[in-house]
Amino acid sequence: MSYVVITFLWLSILLYFLLGGADFGAGIVELFTSSRNVDRTRRTLYHAIGPIWEANHMWLIIAIVILFVGFPVIYSELSIYLHIPLVVMLMGIIARGTAFVFRHYDAVRDDMQEIYNRVFVWSSFITPLFLGITAGSTVSGHIQPDAKDFMTAYVLGWFNWFSISVGFFTVALCGFLAAVYLIGEADEESARKGFIRKARNANIIAVVCGILVFVAAEVDHVPLVTWVFGDSVGVTAVIAATLSLVALWRLIPKKRRLALRILVAFQVTMILLAISYAHFPNIIIMAGGKTLSLYDYQAPAKTMSALGWALLIGSAFILPALFYLYYSFQIKRMRHFEEA
Amino acid sequence: MNDFLAARLQMAFSLGFHIIYACIGMVMPFFMAVAHYKWITTGNEVYRNITKAWSKGVAIFFATGAVSGTMLSFELGLLWPEFMKHAGPIFGMPFSLEGTAFFIEAIFLGFFLYGWGRFNTWFHWFTGVVVGISGLASGILVVSANAWMNSPAGFDFVDGQYLNIDPIQAMFNDAWFTQALHMTLAAIAATGFAVAGVHALMILRRKNVSFHLHAFRIAATFGAVAALLQPLSGDLSAKDVAVRQPAKLAAMEAHFHTQKHAPLIVGGIPDAKNKDVKFAIELPGMLSFLAHGDLDAEVTGLDQIPEADQPPVSVVHYAFQLMVGAGMFMMLLALMLFVAFRKKAWFEHRWFMRLFALATPLGFLAVEAGWTVTEVGRQPWILHGIMRTRDAVTPMPGIVWSFYLFTAVYISLSIIIIFLLKRQIQSVPALYDQPTLTPKS
Ligand code: HDD
Ligand code: HEM
Ligand code: HEM
Repeated sequence: MSYVVITFLWLSILLYFLLGGADFGAGIVELFTSSRNVDRTRRTLYHAIGPIWEANHMWLIIAIVILFVGFPVIYSELSIYLHIPLVVMLMGIIARGTAFVFRHYDAVRDDMQEIYNRVFVWSSFITPLFLGITAGSTVSGHIQPDAKDFMTAYVLGWFNWFSISVGFFTVALCGFLAAVYLIGEADEESARKGFIRKARNANIIAVVCGILVFVAAEVDHVPLVTWVFGDSVGVTAVIAATLSLVALWRLIPKKRRLALRILVAFQVTMILLAISYAHFPNIIIMAGGKTLSLYDYQAPAKTMSALGWALLIGSAFILPALFYLYYSFQIKRMRHFEEA
Repeated sequence: MNDFLAARLQMAFSLGFHIIYACIGMVMPFFMAVAHYKWITTGNEVYRNITKAWSKGVAIFFATGAVSGTMLSFELGLLWPEFMKHAGPIFGMPFSLEGTAFFIEAIFLGFFLYGWGRFNTWFHWFTGVVVGISGLASGILVVSANAWMNSPAGFDFVDGQYLNIDPIQAMFNDAWFTQALHMTLAAIAATGFAVAGVHALMILRRKNVSFHLHAFRIAATFGAVAALLQPLSGDLSAKDVAVRQPAKLAAMEAHFHTQKHAPLIVGGIPDAKNKDVKFAIELPGMLSFLAHGDLDAEVTGLDQIPEADQPPVSVVHYAFQLMVGAGMFMMLLALMLFVAFRKKAWFEHRWFMRLFALATPLGFLAVEAGWTVTEVGRQPWILHGIMRTRDAVTPMPGIVWSFYLFTAVYISLSIIIIFLLKRQIQSVPALYDQPTLTPKS
C-alpha cells in the first residue's frame, strides 16, 4: 500500500504543478501584459479559470494531507525548518484566492478593482516563487537541524542561491504553462498572437532560469548534474522534454489546441520526473548528508493501508466528476472554437 | 507576549476565522437548494433572484473558507510539529477522507456557480445539493479529528511511544458523535440566524420587502429547527464531557469543590484563588442532574484535579455562559417563529423583525464561545491526558511576529468581506426586486 500512497503523493504534486501552476501563471501573464491589452487578457483568463480554479488548488491540500498522515516526520521537519518560506507562500495563497474572487464578485465596479488586480498579480508571482524555494530547499542540503543560531537554522536553509533559482525557475514554468494554455482560449487572432509572443518569451526565460539553476547548484554544491544526467531515466526525461518543446513550437501555427496543452503538460511532467527520480525516495536532504526517505519515515502499516484505500476510493468519486467539470467548461469550449 | 502564547492565539484566531466560512459553506447550499427548488416548481421569479443573490455571497465565503482551510492544514505543522509527528498517522483518517469531500465540494461548486443555463435544470439543482452534502461531510470529519484530541483512542501509549495504531478506531472515538451532532446543528443555527437577521434588517428598512421576506422565511426556518434541537444535543455533550473530561466540566461550571447534589451556577465571577464564585445564581442539584441525570450524583470538582492539569477557569466559564445564554435566546426566537407561521400578522410587526435583526451575530458568537469551551477547556493538554500543549509547540523563535502578521491579515480580510457584502446587499434593488409589501409599524 505504501507504493499507492507514494504514487498519489507524486501525482498530486504533479497535478498541482500542472493545474494550480497554470493558474498562478495566468496571474503572471497578466502581470506582464501592457495596460492596453490587460482587460482582454483578464476576460480570457477569467473564462479559462473561473469554474475550475478551486478544484485546481485542491491538489496542494491532498499532497499536504498525504504528507502529514503518511509521512509525519517529514511534514514536521519541513514545517520547522522551512517555516518562513511556507508562511510567505500561505500569505500569497490567501491574498491570491481572495483577490481573484473579490474582483469578480464585487457588486460595484470602481477603484477597488485596481487594488484586487494588483494583489492578484503580485501574489500570483510570489506564491510559486516561494513554493519553488521551498521545494528547492528540501533537497538543497542546506537545512541544518543542529544549528544553534536563528539565521543558520531558520533562514539559510532556504535563503541560498540554489533554492532561490529553483523559485524563479518555477515562476517561469508557470508563466510558460499558462501562456500556452491561454493560446487556446483567445477568441481573436490578435489576442492569439499576443499569447504566442508571451509563450515564446516565457519559454526563453524558463530556459535561462533552468540554466541558472544548474549554475546555482554548482555554487551551492548541490549534485544536480549527477542527479539529472547520472542515470538513464533522467537523461531520457530531459531528451523527451526537449523533443516535446520542438514539437510544441511546430504545432503552434497549426492551431491544435488540445495537442498543445498535452505537449506542454508532458514537458513539465518530464522535468519533474528528471528532478525527482534521481534522489527518490529521499525527499529531504539536509546538511551533512542526512536524508529523510519516504521508505524509512512512513507511518505504521495500518495507517498507510487506510490512507491508501481512502485515496483509491476517493479518486473513484473524484476523477469522473473532475473530468466532467473540465469537459463541460474546457473541452466543449475548445471544440466550439475549433469548429468556428 | 511569549511565543507559546502567540502560537496558541494564532491557532485560535485561524480556527475562529475559518469556522465562520466553514459554517456558511456547509449550510448556505441547502438554503439555496430550497430557494432554487421553489423557483423550479413555482416559477416565482423572487426565488430565482434569491438563489442568485445568495450564490454570489456564497462564492465570496467559499473562497475565503478554502484559503483559510489551506492555511490551517499548514499551520498544524508550522505551530505544532511535535504533535503532528505523533498524531498525524493516528487522527489522519478523517483528514484524508475529508480531502475527498472537499474535492467533490469544489468540483460541484464550479458546476453550480457557472452552470446557469448550461445544464439540465434538475442536474443543476442537484449540483447545489451535492455541494451542501459534501460540505456537511467534511465538517463532521474534521470535528471527529478534533474529538480525538479530547478523547484519544486507537493507539496504546507505552513509555512515550504510540503503539498499535488503529486509525479507524481513532476516528470513531468516544466524543465524535456528540461533537459532530452539536457542531452540525450549531452551523445550521448560526448561519440561519445570521442570514435571517440581515434580511430582517432590510425588511425594517422597507427595502425590497417581498424579496427579503421570502429569503427570511427560508433562513429563519432552518435556523429555528436547529436552535430548538441545540440545547438537547448540548445536554448530551455535557453528559459526555462529565465522564471523559471532568476537569473541563468543572471549569465550564466554575465547580471548585467536589460534592453531591451539586448546584448549577449561572453567571457570576469565578475567583480561582479563593475557589469560589461571586454574584452567581445557584440552582441546587441541577448540575448533578445535568451532568449525570440524577439530582444527587457526585460531580467532580477542580479540587480533585492536580493544579498542573487544570484549565483556566474564568475563560471557560464565561464562554460557556455566553454559549448557553445565546442558545436560550435563539430557542425563544425559534418558538416565536413557529407562532408567527400560525399568526401571519407577526411577520408584519416591526418588533418581530427587530428581534431577529438583533439576533444576527448571536449564533456565531455561540459557535466561537463553544469552541473556546472545548479547546481552552482541554488545556493544558493538546492531546487529552497524553501530550501537553507546551511540549508540542514549534522550537522556532519569533512566532509572535507570525501571530501579528496573521492577525493583521484576518482583520483586513474581515473588513473587506463586510464591505463587499454591504455592496452586495445594496445592489439587490437594482438587480433583483421591486417592493410589493410593506410592514406595519
Ligand atoms: C449556535 C451555536 C451553539 C449553541 C446555541 C450552543 N452550542 Fe454548545 N457548542 C457549540 C455551539 C453551540 C460548538 C461551537 O459547536 C461546540 C464547540 C465544539 C463542539 O463540538 O461544539 C460547542 C460545545 C459544547 C460543549 C463542549 C463539548 C465538548 O467539549 O466536547 C458543551 C458541553 C455544550 N456545547 C453544551 C451546550 C448547551 C448545554 C447549550 C444550550 C443551549 C449549547 N451548547 C448551545
Ligand atoms: C470544526 C472545525 C472545522 C469545520 C467544521 C470545518 C469545515 C469546513 C468546511 C465545511 C469547508 C468547506 C467550506 C468552504 O470551502 O467554505 C472547509 C474548508 C477547508 N477546511 Fe475546514 N473545517 C474545520 C476546521 C479545519 C481544520 C482544523 C483544518 C486543517 C487541518 C481545515 C482544513 C480545511 C481546508 C484545507 C479547506 C479547504 C477546502 C476547499 O477548498 O473546499 N478545516 N472546512
Ligand atoms: C473551527 C473551530 C475551532 C475553533 C474556533 C477552535 C478554537 C481553538 C482555540 C480557542 C484554541 C486555543 C486554546 C488555548 O490554547 O487555550 C485552539 C487550539 C487548538 N486547536 Fe482548536 N478550534 C477549532 C477546531 C479545531 C479542530 C477541528 C482541530 C484539529 C483537528 C483543532 C486543533 C487545535 C490545535 C492543534 C490547537 C493548539 C493546541 C492547543 O491549544 O491545545 N481545533 N483551538
